[in-house]
Amino acid sequence: MKSGKILITFSVLSAFFFGQETSGQKIEYIKVPDLEKILSNQENKLLVVNLWATWCAPCVKELPAFEKAAGEYNQSKVRFIMISLDFPSQIETQLKPFLRKNKISLKVSVMMDTDYNSWIDKVDPTWEGNIPSTLFLNNSKKTRYFHSGELSESELKKLINQFI
Amino acid sequence: MKKTIFLLAVVLFLTSIVRAEGPIKPGDAATDFTLKSVKGDMISLSDFGDAKGFIIVFTSNVCPVAKKYEERVIDLHKEFGLKGYPVVAINSNDAGVSPGDSYEEMKKVASVRGYSFQYLRDESQNVARLYGATNTPHVYILSKKDGYLKVEYVGAIDNNADDASKADKKYVADAVHALLKGENVPVTATKAVGCSLKWRQAK
Repeated sequence: MKSGKILITFSVLSAFFFGQETSGQKIEYIKVPDLEKILSNQENKLLVVNLWATWCAPCVKELPAFEKAAGEYNQSKVRFIMISLDFPSQIETQLKPFLRKNKISLKVSVMMDTDYNSWIDKVDPTWEGNIPSTLFLNNSKKTRYFHSGELSESELKKLINQFI
Repeated sequence: MKKTIFLLAVVLFLTSIVRAEGPIKPGDAATDFTLKSVKGDMISLSDFGDAKGFIIVFTSNVCPVAKKYEERVIDLHKEFGLKGYPVVAINSNDAGVSPGDSYEEMKKVASVRGYSFQYLRDESQNVARLYGATNTPHVYILSKKDGYLKVEYVGAIDNNADDASKADKKYVADAVHALLKGENVPVTATKAVGCSLKWRQAK
């Protein structure tokens, strides 16, 4: 009983510190098999998969709309997956400082496989590799909509509402 | 008879224009164009009398991916220019959306970086539309036979934008090497992550 309490206290505390420390830098590194897993997800949930990079000005411009939407929609219905295509050599020097500075709370998945031609078509056959691009996906409902180009907050919400 | 041939030629010409509308693919015929170079000349592909073909690169002064590849584009021209496949770089980005891509900025970059290849301004963005360029950098390798231009390759320069030394698939160099040997291009189309082409905003 006592140990249970300690454990709870510990996890609350660690969650607090962990959350503090990592606010703005929740990063995971992914490769093609992870990407395939995301794309074949069978949960009945809308996945909003955004392809972006800190070096892409229109991507940075649309990022706040995704942050805002993530705070407004029910997490059990919509999941945001922010796939960063920043160069692996610039993760420490550019991506991490950017996430910290802009207090990005969304988790970022950094694509570490830079052999783009081997996986671009898996995301969508119509994608030419230009970013930003966003995929709206719910495999259990057979929903798949690919948008190439920047989205405004209202455009993003309109698409989410359409597919949710 | 002469009239029929003339009409046929007109029809063929018009079909070629219509065909050129969607994005062009390997195997398609390519269309020549005339654009202003950073040196102020009006340049067409037909001006390159002894070229066997071209490495057309849609690029940008400011796009980080294009900048990563800048040195490699310079090297491609050094390696293949004299062998008959010169680089022809085209900047189609709208200067209103991307001020760093204006004609004046192109002139500066070409001079500072010592471009030995033609760097052309596609002010109307018609050539980008004609070729279906969507990204920077975006490469089209053309071959020239009996005055006709054929698309041999569309896509990326190699498979590692971040680090040239780690690229183990050199799509453009491999394609031109094959063409120079009279062989088929091994990989005719690839895709790569890049900056989107900056289209003029509707007013």
